[in-house]
Order: sequence, then structure tokens, then C-alpha cells
Amino acid sequence: MEPFTTLDAVAIPIDQPNLDTDQIIPARFLGRPRDTQVEALFHDLRYTPERVPRPAFVTNMPAFAGARIVVAERNFACGSSRENAVTVMVDNGLKAFIAPSFGDIFFNNCFQNGALPIRLPAPRAAELRAALHAHPGARIKIDLASQTVVGPDGKTDRFEIDSFRKDCLLNGKDEVSLTLGYEKDIAAFEAKQRQEMSWL
Amino acid sequence: MAAAARTMFEKIWQRHVVVDRPDGYTLLYIDRHLMHDGSAAGFARLRERKMKLRRPDRGFATPDHYVRSDSRSIADIADPNHRKLVEQIRTNTAESGVTLFDLGDERQGIAHVVGPEQGVTQPGLTLVCGDSHTSTHGALGALAFGIGSSEVAHVMATQCLWQRKPKAMRVSVDGTLGAGITAKDVILAIIAKIGTAGAVGHVLEYAGSAIRDLSIEGRLTVCNMSIEAGAKAGMVAPDDKTIAYLEGRPFAPKGKEWDKAVAYWRGVPSDEGAAFDRDVSLDAAAITPMVTWGTSPEDALPITGRIPEPSTAPDAAKKDSMERALDYMGLTPGTPLEEVPVDRVFIGSCTNSRIEDLRAAAKVAEGRKAVIPSWVVAGSGLVKKQAEAEGLDKIFRAAGFEWREPGCSMCVGMNGDTGKPGQRIASTSNRNFIGRQGPGVRTHLVSPAMAVAAAVSGHFTDVRKLLA
Repeated sequence: MEPFTTLDAVAIPIDQPNLDTDQIIPARFLGRPRDTQVEALFHDLRYTPERVPRPAFVTNMPAFAGARIVVAERNFACGSSRENAVTVMVDNGLKAFIAPSFGDIFFNNCFQNGALPIRLPAPRAAELRAALHAHPGARIKIDLASQTVVGPDGKTDRFEIDSFRKDCLLNGKDEVSLTLGYEKDIAAFEAKQRQEMSWL
Repeated sequence: MAAAARTMFEKIWQRHVVVDRPDGYTLLYIDRHLMHDGSAAGFARLRERKMKLRRPDRGFATPDHYVRSDSRSIADIADPNHRKLVEQIRTNTAESGVTLFDLGDERQGIAHVVGPEQGVTQPGLTLVCGDSHTSTHGALGALAFGIGSSEVAHVMATQCLWQRKPKAMRVSVDGTLGAGITAKDVILAIIAKIGTAGAVGHVLEYAGSAIRDLSIEGRLTVCNMSIEAGAKAGMVAPDDKTIAYLEGRPFAPKGKEWDKAVAYWRGVPSDEGAAFDRDVSLDAAAITPMVTWGTSPEDALPITGRIPEPSTAPDAAKKDSMERALDYMGLTPGTPLEEVPVDRVFIGSCTNSRIEDLRAAAKVAEGRKAVIPSWVVAGSGLVKKQAEAEGLDKIFRAAGFEWREPGCSMCVGMNGDTGKPGQRIASTSNRNFIGRQGPGVRTHLVSPAMAVAAAVSGHFTDVRKLLA
């Protein structure tokens, strides 16, 4: 997995609260190979049912080209467990997500794909989105090692992240390899379970 | 010194800890892994690493998302990518030794209907599946949650998952539900109260006399939509009903092992006095038939209500999101819900496709006629067979409903079962998200009985009037 260390990039604001993963990638695109899903990002928000681009949607605005960060509203990426919601963003260059809260499954899926979800208090997230609307193309700086986000206004916020997740991201560690290091513990658990829960 | 009182969640969690790291992360053992036709990505990741499934004996698979609801033939699946996914579940399970309930087998169906039906789901176990509605299985007192495809591959490789322990929250529903009020109305009322992010970071335990009074199938409906409240999982304490439900099911323990399992299950419920991080309560008697009006499951109202006025929203952001939802849904504030016309009806999904759901729907459909296109999609081949043995299919057909083959169908439309832009659908599924049932489609979540009431009336109708 590609490590995540720092990111200094254009950020896009997404204002809808409870934006579900069906909006990030609609279900009809899920059965396709990953490399053909890239165009499906925010598909129905970006296009009308007649496939006319909606000029008011952020990713259709030239000023936000090259964005790598999303600043969203509460309960971002709730709903379906589809990991494609993370991979389609990563494949479109979006690697960090800032929101007051996230859908739990999306939050976990981020770490599996070298992406960083950051929880910031709702007023600060709102302030950042307002700054991005006021100055399209404005940049945000993220430093995972120091757990800081610097907004377009120059103000620095510290964010919390589990040291386990932080270490995996910083070093691009793969969880399966990490877990295999605990083989003895897993085998011991299974031996005990065979006794205690022998009906399984 | 007496041991501290523990919640059911705490007990199951502690029983499955493989490693507790000092950084707060736990390697948790997974007892059951359900797979479906969307799990091909997990198998592919495993293959990339040249790894085998650690415990194929703990895996159970069935195709559900991509199967047609009008044919049991894989060859009839038009999209070659989708056809491949349904074929791959066959080859992947054959190669790995995972138990498969394949298309054409009467045990095939929606994974969350099949698990409990086969006795794969049991109290006190940890269960995962690459699908957010895995929370369903908590109805039997299991700790069950949805995961993404990387974690699916991780479970395949190690039978474990890295987890930070969630918090515990209790939702108590006390009192007696009124006539015509179902488990679906209960969970919609709960989500309307706590909000779609109301339980983020928490495992929900549904408690109280109204929950205890629900059948196992009703509890499955309630737990199914825990994810729509943002919860990690939802669960109900196992009791005599749970044990009676499991007895004799194909994958439930037998003989001495049954007795040993029951002894463990009896100890699973939360101890008296166990502390929850949050507590919420609802009065069962106040719950009415519910209908969603917007594009989030929290946008639910009693059928006796009216489409809300955005001007009454508590803040500008909420007003904006209400206006957006009403615009998408094509609704005018102030309109009584009973005057909203419906174009189509879908009865099915892992929320409401079990035999009791179909019985409740058939009871309303009997002797009436659907005036709009209406589908019934049973949750599994066994549910369909049982319904046919009871003559429910005849009731539905006589009432003008289509009687279709098991799968997820129009809940998510991945198999092509979608509505047309602008269509308004009364659906017994779990998500009214924008575009969920097809681009531009307007979904309203209701119970099976309420769906039939809409089907025979052409608009939302308080089913209690038809039951009277």
C-alpha cells in the first residue's frame, strides 16, 4: 500500500449532510472492473439523467481541477459498505476526507486504501467549506505525522487518529501481513474455541 | 467480588478477542463469514496474494445482488460483468470449500435471509459480510456487521479483523404496538427519532417489552436497519423464541452440542444493571404506520402526517437539505401523505421479504386489486416455497401482483430491476437514497402491509383502514 505522509492540494467542498455512498458511486457501476469505474465518481450529482453535466457541481468547475482533498458535512459516506466509494475517489486523486463525522464502514475502508479520513469539529469543517467556496482552488495542507490540517486561512487544526491506523498509513503497512504476525495467537484462540464452542 | 455487569455486546466482544494491543486496537475473531456475488473482489485479492481461505468451514455463500428476479438461469443475465460475478461465486466456493447455496437451489436467497433461515446465524457469535445490512443477524443475539472488500479479504485470509471497540447504546421500546403496526414501523420511528447518524460509533441493543414481543422475523427487520441509524451493529437479547427458532435448522447444533450451545446462549443477554454509553426510549403505543417522505431514512413520518414545510426547519442547513429532498421527491409541503400518488410497489429486500412479511402483505391484498404495477420478491427459495404452500402466491397473483424469484432485486437495482426516472415507488426496502432504485426514481420506505395498501389504492393509505 502507498504510504500517506503529507498532502498539500486543492480541496473540494461537499455541503450535503448524510451524503451516502450511493451518491459517491451509484450501484449500477459496481459490477464493472475497477479501471472502468473512474468516470462513475459522483455520477448522478455531476450529470442529469440525460447525462448533461450540472455546472454547479464542484467537480464540474474548472477551478477545482486537480483536487485531492474533500471537505464534507456530517455523516459523510454513510450507507452501503461498497469499498468502491473509497477506490473511485482514490482513482480520481482524492485521498483525504475532512468531515465532522463519517459512515463507519467508509471510515474503515479508507485505511485499507491509503486514504485518510479526518474528523474536525462541525463549525471548523463548515468554515473550511465556506473558504473553499469563496476561493475556488484554495489549498489545504495535511501532515499526518504531526496530525495537523492547515486551512486556506492559515489556521492550523490538530486532529485525532488511532496510533495503529496512523502507523499503518505512514508506513504503507498492509494489515494482512501485520495480522499474519499474530499467527500463534490466532491458532491459540482457535484451539480454545474448539473446546469451549465445539458446536461451531 | 462479583463480576461487573456487562452488556451483551461486551460479552460477545470479550469472548472473541485474539489480541488486545496497547494502542486500543483489538484483533477480533470472526465466527461466521457470509459471502455473496459481490464478494468476488475479496477472492481476487486473496488470489493476488497467493493465499487460501483460513477457515472455509466458517464461510457460507449465496448469490443475491446480481441474480435476475424473473429467471434462475445464469445465462439469462445480460450484462457480461454481472454474469461473471454470479459464475465466480460458484467457482470461488468450489475451489475454496465454502458452503454455497447456489442459484437453482431452494436454499438460495438474500444472504441476510439465508443466514438465519439455515441456522448459520446464532447467538453470541461474531458474523461479518461484505454488505452493510449484515446488522440484520444481530436479531438472534449475534454481533454482526458489514465490512468492505479489503476486510472481506482480510477475514478470508486470517478469520480475524482489526477493530477499535465501539460504544454501546440501548434503545428501549416499551408498551404494546397498536393493530397493524409492524417491526418496520418501529425501526422507522426509531431512526426518525435518533437520526441517520444517531448511533454512529455505537452498537445498538434493542430492548423493552415491545421488542421482546416481536417475533424473530420482526427483530430481523428492526436490526436490519441499524445501519440506517449509523450504528456499527444492532442486536436483540436471545430468549426462548430465539432458541425455538434455531432448533432443527440445518446448521444449528444437534444433540449434546445443542445443549452446550444453549447453555452459552442463555448467558449472552446483558446483565441486570449493565451500563450503556447512551440510552434512548420510545413508547410503543405512540408508533403509527410510517412512510418516508425524503431522501434519507430519518425522513420518516406517521401516515397521518403531511409533507413537512422547510420553513419550519431548525436551521438554514436543514432547510436547504429539506428543500433539496422535496425537489428530488417532487413533493409539495403541506400535502397530506395519504394524498401522495404512487406509481409502483416493491415488496422484498433483506428488510421485509420473509414469510411473515409476505403473510402480512397477502392479508391486505386478499380480495383486492393492485391498481399500479406491484412486485413481490421473496427473500429466499425456501420462503417462496413456504408462501406457495400457504397459497400466498395465488392471493398475490389474483390481486395483480407479480410473483418473482428471490434476490435483492429492486432494493438496490444492481440486477437491472429499477424504476424509471420520476417514478414514485412504495418500497419495503431500507434506503430511500437519491437514485437508489434507479436514476431519478423516488423511493418511499414502508412496511409490507402499507406497500399493499398503496398498491390497491394508488396512493399512500393508512393500512389500518383496510384492516378494520
